[in-house]
Amino acid sequence: MRAESPAPECAAMCLAIPGKILSHEDLGFARTARVQFGGIVRQVRLDFVPEATDGDYVLVHVGFAISKVDEQEAQRTYQLLEEIGALEGELPPEESAT
Amino acid sequence: MKFIDEYRNADIARRLVAEIKREVRGRWVLMEICGGQTHTIMRYGLDELLPSNIELVHGPGCPVCVTPLETIDKALELAARPEIILVSYGDMLRVPGSSTDLFTVKARGGDVRVVYSPTEALKIARQNPERKVVFLAIGFETTAPANAMAVWQAKQEGIGNFSVLVSHVLVPPAIRALMTSADCRVNGFIAPGHVCTVMGYEEYDALVRDFRVPIVVGGFEPVDLLEATLMLVRQLEKGEARAENQYVRSVSYQGNLSAQLLMREVFEIADQKWRGIGTIPASGLRVRDAYGDYDAARLFGLASITVDEPAECISAQVLQGLKKPTDCAAFGMRCTPQNPLGAPMVSSEGACAAYYNYRRHPGKQLPVVSSQLSEKP
Amino acid sequence: MLDEPTNSLAQLACPAPHPVKDTIVLGHGSGGRLSAELTREVFLPAFANPILSRLDDQAIVSVRGTRLAITTDSFVVKPLFFPGGDIGSLAVHGTINDLAMGGATPLFLSVAFIIEEGLSIAVLRRVVESLRVAAQNAGVQIVTGDTKVVEKGSGDQLFINTTGIGLVPDGLELSANRARPGDKVLLSGSIGEHGIAILAQREGLEFECPVESDSAALHKLVAGMLDVTNKGGVSDAIRCLRDPTRGGVSSTLNEIAEQSRVGIQLEEDTIPIREEVRGACEMLGLDPLYVANEGKLIAIVAPEAADAVLGAMRNNSWGRNAQIIGTVVESSSPIVTIRTALGTSRCVDMLAGDQLPRIC
Repeated sequence: MRAESPAPECAAMCLAIPGKILSHEDLGFARTARVQFGGIVRQVRLDFVPEATDGDYVLVHVGFAISKVDEQEAQRTYQLLEEIGALEGELPPEESAT
Repeated sequence: MKFIDEYRNADIARRLVAEIKREVRGRWVLMEICGGQTHTIMRYGLDELLPSNIELVHGPGCPVCVTPLETIDKALELAARPEIILVSYGDMLRVPGSSTDLFTVKARGGDVRVVYSPTEALKIARQNPERKVVFLAIGFETTAPANAMAVWQAKQEGIGNFSVLVSHVLVPPAIRALMTSADCRVNGFIAPGHVCTVMGYEEYDALVRDFRVPIVVGGFEPVDLLEATLMLVRQLEKGEARAENQYVRSVSYQGNLSAQLLMREVFEIADQKWRGIGTIPASGLRVRDAYGDYDAARLFGLASITVDEPAECISAQVLQGLKKPTDCAAFGMRCTPQNPLGAPMVSSEGACAAYYNYRRHPGKQLPVVSSQLSEKP
Repeated sequence: MLDEPTNSLAQLACPAPHPVKDTIVLGHGSGGRLSAELTREVFLPAFANPILSRLDDQAIVSVRGTRLAITTDSFVVKPLFFPGGDIGSLAVHGTINDLAMGGATPLFLSVAFIIEEGLSIAVLRRVVESLRVAAQNAGVQIVTGDTKVVEKGSGDQLFINTTGIGLVPDGLELSANRARPGDKVLLSGSIGEHGIAILAQREGLEFECPVESDSAALHKLVAGMLDVTNKGGVSDAIRCLRDPTRGGVSSTLNEIAEQSRVGIQLEEDTIPIREEVRGACEMLGLDPLYVANEGKLIAIVAPEAADAVLGAMRNNSWGRNAQIIGTVVESSSPIVTIRTALGTSRCVDMLAGDQLPRIC
């Protein structure tokens, strides 16, 4: 028997995932956008991020953008991350697993 | 995927671990309060990478797990009624109520539908004007704005057959309750990054002041959690207790004000029962009177019921970080994802499910791996 | 403040379980643990015989000295038509693959239709044409069939059942119970495409580059692999072949681990997956290891032959992205684990019923 449905009840997109706004549309009071996540494009509501526009990255949860990703802050703090340990020279010897 | 993959960088993760090892001296118990963070820790084995004097415990961060039994039973009762379409997020389907669960009700003919956005629930209501649509609106603060929007939009559009059965929980009162409990041994918290995306981290100032515990807002990828751990360790080693933000790409001090505005418009703060913990004052949300026509609890005259929860499930202690899933006698034996004794085993955000799926459990031992396997093919 | 003293919290707990043992649920058909339980508890005891008990994708029987492989499958895919195929091509490819996993050369198929009253004949013609083309391309003949019609509402448009017969060379013993510590785990290509293609169609997911089902007939790929081991004089180097359909790579490997009583250790970095599939899984909270494939195979191969078999796979158009993804290890109890990029290991457990995504 082959039941092809991968996970019939799985269609709840409930994580918050960052995606890029490709285009947006104002429909009455609802502002929606086409947002790209990896290779997928989905309709997302922009009601809670009125300042976001095409090209911005937003964090999306249950079909709504809940924040605009602060790309500058991300870059700044990521650079700091990349420098961690770089000045310390050799890493300390690995401890055995606890 | 941008803003995800970079935060899974193995090299940076290793260096963060090395830095933590360099700086840590004392023994610290750190708690995270989000199922998504629990999941990442288990999936990537972050707790195995950290030195043994740091213990990661999991708090009540799974909204599915803490939804009160009474709410599940109310949803089950509604789902069984022929005139009602019960709409829910997928994760709620398998959570055991007193005698059954939504999945079983669906298998037996109840109209239960899964959606991934509350706007879809509204759509179902528009498409089925002769039926009543009840949306099981659960979650932390992260989901509250979207759920509020569904109610607000329903009122704007006059979608009279739509209502919500609400079980929303708030994180800061839960931290307060945990810190007040005599058993609590938590030295520092990783605050849930997506909750704080909505709410900011203003609310944690009072907590760090009252309890002198550092709180760092953390993201969800391995690098985020390791960086948040490092920030906590640094504070603890210096005897500091501040609210800090690791998840700067998403979280600001005040959070998302337009989301908070809509939440306040539709919901008000109320006492809330947390499954496995008890009632925590002012820790939940309920629908305001102005939106009473969209509140399923009011509309369907669901009696206020109190349900006793006897049995051997130790969810209560797991949810408070007092015990690990592996401490439970039933774990992996009588209690498995297929036959769950409690919600943390059913919900894929639950600590018990995460441990079961990713770790050794009775009957399964991770094999001793010979050294040749540590080289990548 | 908590309204109960903390020491009485130990009494607070969750209700007793209510296992759904008296009715069939959707999970029983999803290829995971529930399916296995059903087979073990209902079908095996009733039909018990040594051939069936091997629980391979096909049964190999001997008739007057000739070894035949027989397999049967039912196809209930929804929607009927999806990117990369339809129920017709799926039926042909799926049945051929079950035969091929036994090392058989597929020869003949039967096709039985269960049709819901009201189905458009144009739709039926489309499916039939698809069956015809798939069979022709694979070099198999559809030699017999059956048609039943059920009342409207008693069946979902169209179900197809197939039986396939093929010839198995002498001496070839492929089985899930033959994996040994040290053997390599080979995967013929990127995972999760069929499941995501179906889901995308059903849920209206929009892709920049649409994900197509990977549905394909793999018997020529298998022939090439067997050829290289025969020529190399290690004809038993390939221990087992399986196609990871519903339940994904995880279910297949767990079955093998279970039947061979071994551990299987995977390397996460080596598992090929398309960016679009990864993105879809990320978004939907799915683990690609559990998502169905219809044109991929897993081979457990003796370590000394692994590179040669990998080369043979990559020479075939259905194995271009083949990779060695893991190793069979000794284990006190059957287990599948995966090593992450961070060097830590976690369990890859058998799918229980359906995979539910995360909510938070």
